[in-house]
Formats: sequence, structure tokens, C-alpha cells
Amino acid sequence: MATAVLTTLDPKSRAASRGMSDMSIRNLFIIPTIVFLIVFNIFPLLYSLGYSFTDFRASSNAPANFVGLQNYRDLLADPFIWTNFTITAKYVIVSVVGQVVVGFGVALLLNRDIPLKGLLTTLLLLPMMLSMAVVGLFWKLLYDPSFGIINYALGLGTFEWLSNPNMALYAVALTDIWMWSPFVMLLSLAGLSAVPKHLYEAAAIDRAGSLYTFFRITLPLVAPILMIAIIFRTMEAFKTFDLAYILTSQPTTEVISIRLYKMAFQEWQTGMSCALAYIVLIMVLAITNIYVKYLNKVKER
Amino acid sequence: MAAVRTNGERTINRLAIVSVLIITMIFLAPIYWIASTAFKPRNLATTIPPTIVFTPEISPFVKLFTKRSQLRAPPSQEEYAAAPWWERLVFDGGEKVVRSGRGEVQLSGYPSRFMNSLIVAITSTVLAVGMGTFTAYGFSRFRVKGEQDLLFFILSTRMLPPVVVAIPMFLMYRAVGLNDTHLGLIILYTAFNLSFSVWLMKGFIDEIPKEYEEAALVDGYTRMQAFFKIVLPEAATGIAATAVFCFITAWNEYAFALIMTNRRAQTAPPFIPSQVGSGLPDWTVIASGTLLFLLPVAIFTFLLRNHLLRGMSFGAIRK
Repeated sequence: MATAVLTTLDPKSRAASRGMSDMSIRNLFIIPTIVFLIVFNIFPLLYSLGYSFTDFRASSNAPANFVGLQNYRDLLADPFIWTNFTITAKYVIVSVVGQVVVGFGVALLLNRDIPLKGLLTTLLLLPMMLSMAVVGLFWKLLYDPSFGIINYALGLGTFEWLSNPNMALYAVALTDIWMWSPFVMLLSLAGLSAVPKHLYEAAAIDRAGSLYTFFRITLPLVAPILMIAIIFRTMEAFKTFDLAYILTSQPTTEVISIRLYKMAFQEWQTGMSCALAYIVLIMVLAITNIYVKYLNKVKER
Repeated sequence: MAAVRTNGERTINRLAIVSVLIITMIFLAPIYWIASTAFKPRNLATTIPPTIVFTPEISPFVKLFTKRSQLRAPPSQEEYAAAPWWERLVFDGGEKVVRSGRGEVQLSGYPSRFMNSLIVAITSTVLAVGMGTFTAYGFSRFRVKGEQDLLFFILSTRMLPPVVVAIPMFLMYRAVGLNDTHLGLIILYTAFNLSFSVWLMKGFIDEIPKEYEEAALVDGYTRMQAFFKIVLPEAATGIAATAVFCFITAWNEYAFALIMTNRRAQTAPPFIPSQVGSGLPDWTVIASGTLLFLLPVAIFTFLLRNHLLRGMSFGAIRK
């Protein structure tokens, strides 16, 4: 960074000689943020990397012993952790597929001459802006087997949603679909409105069927933005904690973040949880990398 | 899309409008249910079948803000007559407001949690947007070596699962006494929002033509003056939109608050669920607390509606 070059100003010009130099302004503007993020984001992560090689327990005063890679070896060999990852994968697939189907579907419906389109779009976007924890909590009442409005509206009698171990994960995913389909819809709408109209006109002149038009014109042109939505939602669903933690305490909904939370703050296996956190961190960074690549690709268009 | 031409297309368009209306109603139903439950008498909140038509009451909000206990015996006539209107509502529900020895009304935990949420969200927003705007300007106008890598580094810190970051932060905060303090949460939320604010603000500042500042420099402004007098006013809309996004994120955040606070600095998101104990919860009180908590975000969403796309895509997609 120290050898960076100035852009707009010639350092010998009159303008550059007044006040602070561009270089010092740049450093003054950028370095505090970088330092802040290093101190409060990177340093803690290094701290926990250190603990991941120990048997430290934050609940006791016993000194931490260095155990090498033992924590990582134990975790990767633990079948229960793999169950947590399987549950997470199932959750990611169900909720992201649901969000794409609902979100993209609604975007297709909205992408035409509809009265009050702006107002309807804003209303549809409301769920994703609200607090997952607080609104999610209220879904407990909506899912209630005896007096919940979901069973009443669907005529399901006293169907168990959250207390049924086989259903609970799908119930959490359904709430997530409600919250985040609007996100996919928002991005899809942007993609759809960017498809040049003359392509549709040309297809109409050629008497192309609507299915043909959809698969050969609409879908390929919306794909890059839809891909961003899918990767972002995958990453978020993989990290999910709030909803599942608040809605149920079923072992069948114990996604990896909940396992990590319990290991760190209920069982106080601090060293072990730091190791698990690192396994999760590497997975998330891999997805983030793909996400940022796509973001830059779309930005360049 | 293409103008409606044939009868068939007109029918399809009508069908689309009807489906959109139905879908919007389904999407808003849970929010409507929260709002309506917040005004129900307690005995109507959990009926079979659900109560849809009822006379709205303000009593859930009175209960939300006060500490109450069960009435052993109904209040005497004088006691009831002497009580203010809101206290009578609590009597009607078979409870009484807890008062201190000097007769002062004891407040429930909700108002202080709401205040904590306000303090933490507003302070962290100001810090994140302030620092973010400077940094975004730096990245936008000057060449920075390894800019792409730095921007990725900045963004990746936001992408981590909160629990992963919370484990070491908890240990460090415990060592320096920042657990359960406003400052502790403010630092966490500032760090969390800073990356977002840099990314979003960079997009907004990139759109301001460089020529504006260059003209100002020629007119004798220093670079600093040009930044404060030319760039900041031009970026005002972007700054406002970024601030609202940061506020909403901090306001809604749950996992960090759950782990880092338990009483003094606890915010509303971990507090509201903790009120649903093992017994039969009073859903009308939970609904009124939820409604008050959601209101600012709902209003902001309407103000932000033209910037939602940009904010949700970290500034990459704009219309």
C-alpha cells in the first residue's frame, strides 16, 4: 500500500501542494478502517485458531494444554457432527430451492403491467427486512397444532409441525422461505427488467412458443443475477442459527451453527468449538469467494 | 412487457394480477396476525377456531410495559375506582400492576431492552457509516495496491457465521470486562456493518463524477474541502440509504446479542423470545412487543424501497 500511486492529481501541480497530500488523505481515510477490522475481526480469529489446538474450557480455571490436531481429528471422526452437517445440507437445499421457486415465480408474475406494482413489490419485500428472531418466534403461534392459523387455514386439524421430529426442519425451512423468497424475487425482477424488449418482439414475430421464449431468452439472460441470489442464500442458509434455535429444540433441527453454539456456550468445550468454528469458517470462505467472483462479473457487465 | 393484444393474453394478465394479489395476502398474513393479536384480549388470542373479528383493546401494550402479578382476590370497589384507566385494564385481565413501597409503578424489562436496542443500533450505525464513507472515498478515488484483495478481505469478515466470531470475542470481552456492555455490542455491530457500508458507499461515490472535485481543486479548494463540500452533499442519498440498512441490521441482530449480553445491555431480539417460557405464554403481550419492535423497520422499508435492490446486493446491482 505504501507504494501506491495517485490518480487525479499531478503531485507537482499547484492544487496538490495545498492542504494535505492526496497520499496522506488516502491513508487517513482507509487505514483506520483496516486497522479496526484487523483488531476486531482478524485478531479474534487468530486467537481462536490458537485455542483450537488446546483442550481449553472457558468454564474452568485449569490451564489450557496443547493437544495438536487432536480436536480436528476428533471432530472429523465424530458421526454426530456429520449428522449436523447432513441436517444443514438438507435445510440449505429445501429452503434455497423453495425460495428460488417461489421468488422467481412471483417475479415472473410481477414482470408485466400490473396496477400498483410498486406498492405490491414493497409489501412483498417486507418479510426479509424484519428480525428473524422476533418474527420467527411468532411463527410458533402460527404453527401451533391446536390454535395456529396455519392448520386452520389449510384444514389440517391438529397436525404437528414443530414437535414432530420429521416435520420440524421443514417447518423451519418454510418460515425461511417466507422470509427470503422476497430476496430472490427482488434480484430476479432486476434481471427480468434488464432483458431487452426487442428480443421478445423478435421472438413473437418468429411465432416462438412461450416456453421456447422462456427457456431460450428469459432464463439465460436472468441466470447470472439468479446465480448471485442462489449463492448468497446458500451461504446464509448454511450459517442459519436464529430461526431454528428459536422455533424448535428438536435434535433433527440441530444445524451446524446450533451445534457450535451449544458446544461453545453450554458444554463449554472451548478448544473443541474453536476447531469446529474453523472447519465452518473455511467452508463459508469458499462459498464467499465464489459469491464475490459472481458479484464482480455482474458488476462489469 | 409487450402490450396486451389478444383476448388470450388479456386473460393471462388478469390471472397474473389475481395470483399476485393472493400471494401478497399470504405473505402479509403472518404480519397481519402479529398486528391483530397485539390488540386482542388475552382469552381471544388462542381460540379454536382463531378469532378474526373482535373489539380491539390497548391492554396488551399496558401489560407489555408494566410488571404484573396474579390477583388473588378481585380489587375492592374503591381500589378499582381510584386506579387510572390503564391500571383498570390490567385488573380486568385478572392481574394487578406491581408497585414499589412508595407506590411507583414497576416497569417490565421491555422498555429498557428497547432503549438498549436504540442506543446500540444508532451508535454503531453512525460509526459504521462515518468510517465507511471515508474509506469508500479512499478506495473510489485513489489507487490502492491490492484493492480487490482488500475489498474481499473487508467483505469476508461480514460473511462469517456470528457464532464463529462470537466464541473468541466472548473470551476477549470477558478478559477486558466488555461482556454485557453497550460498548461491547456497539464495537461488534460497527465491525459487522463497516464492511457493508464500505461496499455500498463505494458504489455511490463511484457514481459522482470526478470532474466535480477536479473543478473545485482548480478553484482553490484543498482535497479535504472538496470532499466535505462537494462529495459529501452529492453522496447524501447514498449515505442515508446505507445508514438505514446498517440500522436495520443492528436492530434485528440476534446471535451476538444472545451470547454477549444477558441483562444490562440486552437488546430486544434476545429478550422477546425469552418471555415465552415453559408455561402458557401471553401471546397478546408478545405480539404487542413484536409489533412495536417491527414498526421502525417497516417504516424504513417503505422509505428505502428504491434502494433495496442495491443494498441487498452489496451495491453490485443497481437500477
